[in-house]
Amino acid sequence: MENKVQLTINGQIVEVQPGKSILEAAEKLRIHIPTLCYHKDLCVKGNCRVCVVESKHNKRLVAACATPAEQGMAIVTNSLKVRNARRHIIQLLLAEHNADCTKCYKNGQCELQRIAADLKILNQDFSELNQWKKYTVDYYSPSIIKNDSKCIRCQRCVRTCAELQGVNALTVAHKGEKMKISTFLAKPMSEVVCTNCGQCVNHCPTGALVERNYIEEVWAALADPTKHVIVQTAPAVRVGLGEEFGLEPGTRVTGKMVTALRQLGFDTVLDTDFTADLTILEEGTELLGRLKSSVAGDNADVKLPVISSCSPGWIKYIEHLFPNRLSHLSSCKSPQQMFGALAKTYYAASRKIDPKSIVSVSIMPCTAKKYEAGRPEMCSSGYRDVDYVLTTRELAIMIKQAGLDFGVLSESAYDKLMGQSTGAAAIFGATGGVMEAALRTVYEVVTGREVPFEALNITPVRGMEGIREAAIEVKNPLPEWQFLDGVTLRCAVAHGLVNARKLMELPAERFNQYHFIEIMACPGGCLGGGGQPIPTSPEIRNRRMEAIYAEDMGMPLRKSHDNPEVQLLYANYLGSPNSKKAHELLHTHYTLRERF
Amino acid sequence: MEQQLLKRIDLIFNDENDWQEILDQTLAHDNTYIINALVSSELKGRGGAGFPTGLKWKLTSEAPGIEKYMICNADEGEPGTFKDREILSRVSFKVLVAMAVCARVIGAKEGIIYLRGEYKYLVPQLNKTIAEFGAYCGRTGLDFNVRIFLGSGAYICGEETALFESLEGHRGEPRNKPPFPTDYGFRGMPTVVNNVETLVHAYTIFKYGAARFKELGVASSRGTKLFSVSGDTPIAGIYELELGMSLSQFVEEFGDGDTKAVQVGGASGFLVPRKKFDETTIGFQGRLTGVSLPTGGSMMLFNSSRSMYNVLNNYLDFFREESCGQCTPCRVGCQILHKGIEEVKRGERNAKYLQTLLLLTETMQLTAKCGLGQSVANSFSSIVENFWEEMIY
Repeated sequence: MENKVQLTINGQIVEVQPGKSILEAAEKLRIHIPTLCYHKDLCVKGNCRVCVVESKHNKRLVAACATPAEQGMAIVTNSLKVRNARRHIIQLLLAEHNADCTKCYKNGQCELQRIAADLKILNQDFSELNQWKKYTVDYYSPSIIKNDSKCIRCQRCVRTCAELQGVNALTVAHKGEKMKISTFLAKPMSEVVCTNCGQCVNHCPTGALVERNYIEEVWAALADPTKHVIVQTAPAVRVGLGEEFGLEPGTRVTGKMVTALRQLGFDTVLDTDFTADLTILEEGTELLGRLKSSVAGDNADVKLPVISSCSPGWIKYIEHLFPNRLSHLSSCKSPQQMFGALAKTYYAASRKIDPKSIVSVSIMPCTAKKYEAGRPEMCSSGYRDVDYVLTTRELAIMIKQAGLDFGVLSESAYDKLMGQSTGAAAIFGATGGVMEAALRTVYEVVTGREVPFEALNITPVRGMEGIREAAIEVKNPLPEWQFLDGVTLRCAVAHGLVNARKLMELPAERFNQYHFIEIMACPGGCLGGGGQPIPTSPEIRNRRMEAIYAEDMGMPLRKSHDNPEVQLLYANYLGSPNSKKAHELLHTHYTLRERF
Repeated sequence: MEQQLLKRIDLIFNDENDWQEILDQTLAHDNTYIINALVSSELKGRGGAGFPTGLKWKLTSEAPGIEKYMICNADEGEPGTFKDREILSRVSFKVLVAMAVCARVIGAKEGIIYLRGEYKYLVPQLNKTIAEFGAYCGRTGLDFNVRIFLGSGAYICGEETALFESLEGHRGEPRNKPPFPTDYGFRGMPTVVNNVETLVHAYTIFKYGAARFKELGVASSRGTKLFSVSGDTPIAGIYELELGMSLSQFVEEFGDGDTKAVQVGGASGFLVPRKKFDETTIGFQGRLTGVSLPTGGSMMLFNSSRSMYNVLNNYLDFFREESCGQCTPCRVGCQILHKGIEEVKRGERNAKYLQTLLLLTETMQLTAKCGLGQSVANSFSSIVENFWEEMIY
């Protein structure tokens, strides 16, 4: 093992591993150094220069984030020289910035604003540049609003789009004063390869990239007595929402969230987890059907592996970049859209409500869901299946606007009919969750026995490794599935589109050896979604993941096919999985898109 | 009284067509010998920063790396500098020989000439030379290939780490240092980047020996330098002169009799007003009397018909456009400075604002990510402090 390096920061001695930055060393001493372009998810850029510190023997100041700690360094983080320089840098950023803070969506959550407040910047030494007045705001995307006038050019979004997602929809254009973050040929975000995943929004320190919010629209619907407003909540929201109210990351707030939604005035509070279970039955049946055709040799045209289709960011990504793999996608809609289609058909019929009067709202950890809800094919009920999609952050804003003290709310349960769920649905929120849920059901359908893992926990597909693989051998199947005897089902899980790309670029012989692939667009899966609380970091994602698996373990039912309300749905309405009716409402098709 | 002319030197463009001989004879020595010769010659980089060339080769030769690269920086973009173009047009064989020697010393098989986009017209002729040189290397069994990479017109790509980014097909933005190019350069491998002129001086040292080279110039600034002389001078052009001359000697010879100030080192260099000509020496920082100014060779002379406000305005206009834009102090700072002097000139801001701007240039010097943002302070403070009235009235 290499020797540690020892240095002093503000006179205190600290030891760190070689290669660690001054910033990380300071963190160890709990000395705060302000940063803007730095983000734990991303490579170090060192371009905002806010984190400059004084290093003895160096006539210039050094960027704490980008400078490795070295043996014998003497660092000062708060000298007059440092403070003056830091003030200047913030003043420069403000001179360039559309600092209309009181009318900004990120007011109160802006990192530039916070540093300016911490430094008590009460005057502006320099002239305003007003360059931003020439910029137009890009309102075209259904998910993301890009306002360059508020951009500080930290390039976090660019690095996010490249390093986490491998999409490169956002890049740097021009140089000098004209340098800005732009899309291909400065086209609107809606016309380029952008997957609407919202990771850029989650990583943006200012109001330059924000979600398109539908808060006022939802308030209006709630206030309209002629509307019946129903809401569904995604699995990952309940493990993230608490952070918006100061609770520790990883706090499960399912019951409080349901209470809050009722108090906001939603007529019925239902659960996306219900349709997550439903997705498993539909997708599992589809997988088994394709396995039968392919392995049993019924139909050579049927493509394996089947790839999951729950993540709308992933769907748009494959439509843009890997059209040759499109036929591998499961035809199943995502749980959100299955729910939407059922809300205005099954739910409306059961409750005897005119579907026209139903406003269907979903709470998602995701900005791509906003885009998905607006896809033209998502109208199986005869109406727009999901009317408004709110992110976890927007729900938190509504709860705060309503004056609710979230921390002290009592816990309550979801409404009936489409509110019941199993542990298999809960884990949809984590990467590998769909795979695990599917295996719990598929294995049991095929063999009549539970998956051979302790307490149903299929640990090989869990975790934060970018790509994970698992193989399960089928032994002694039921007579109907005899052709699968001795077949090893090979699965792969990827999260973050940069990892999805690696799977998609595998040569055919390696790609085709898989039977089932789960892909989630965002790092960590939905729990790290673009609509989740800011900040999201590797550590916070881990905490949310632990909460998700705790949620699973705490459920009385852990397998999707055991969900009584889903069984009821099939018995009373759909018939069987992949029936004609199920296909009409719960399945979809895909679109070829341009590569830019 | 007879004027004492500065000694003209003719080492760089003097071509005895003996490059093959020099190459063979240099490569006959071992690497240590070559590095020692360069180190003892005290040759410093002629791009302007003045890093000791021998040390650079030594560090790179010692750095671990499965590949190494030798890059000739011919992205001559500093305003008022036009010497590298001349070298490449007239004695490009010397550059190639020095590249090949460097490559052998550090263990590189590939050499790249990063050529300024505007010098595109040089490419056919250079390629011919490279082909001829390559053929000779092939005959003598030297495994070294040179290719030309044409820049796209960004000033910042002359900064060595931005140059790597550009070479790798990325946007030309400087990297964080450390790591330095000697450890982590092109494609993350140890890389030597030398200015065109530096390589020719290395050739001179190979040919005549370090001792002969050291006879020229003064302590801490050995050898000769090519100067690109422009502005208010009757004899604009390229001159090879010894380092260590005083600016007054220089102005006496090249000025038009009415020289008010000289900008040494281009837009990122310093402006020296007439009253400081005597005390200013042209050479690298060291034990010289008075102020010594390093330079990439640009000498711009201004006579009394010139407004120093316009000169500065022009430089700042250049920087606000040529900053890569990634770091805050440089991107925004250049705009604020440019706008600021215009506001003061128009009377929209009072003269005290210039003090605020001077403080800003200090911050830029302290905090900018690369040499561009750090050196804007040079011309700004030297012009504003010496020609305060011209900024205001």
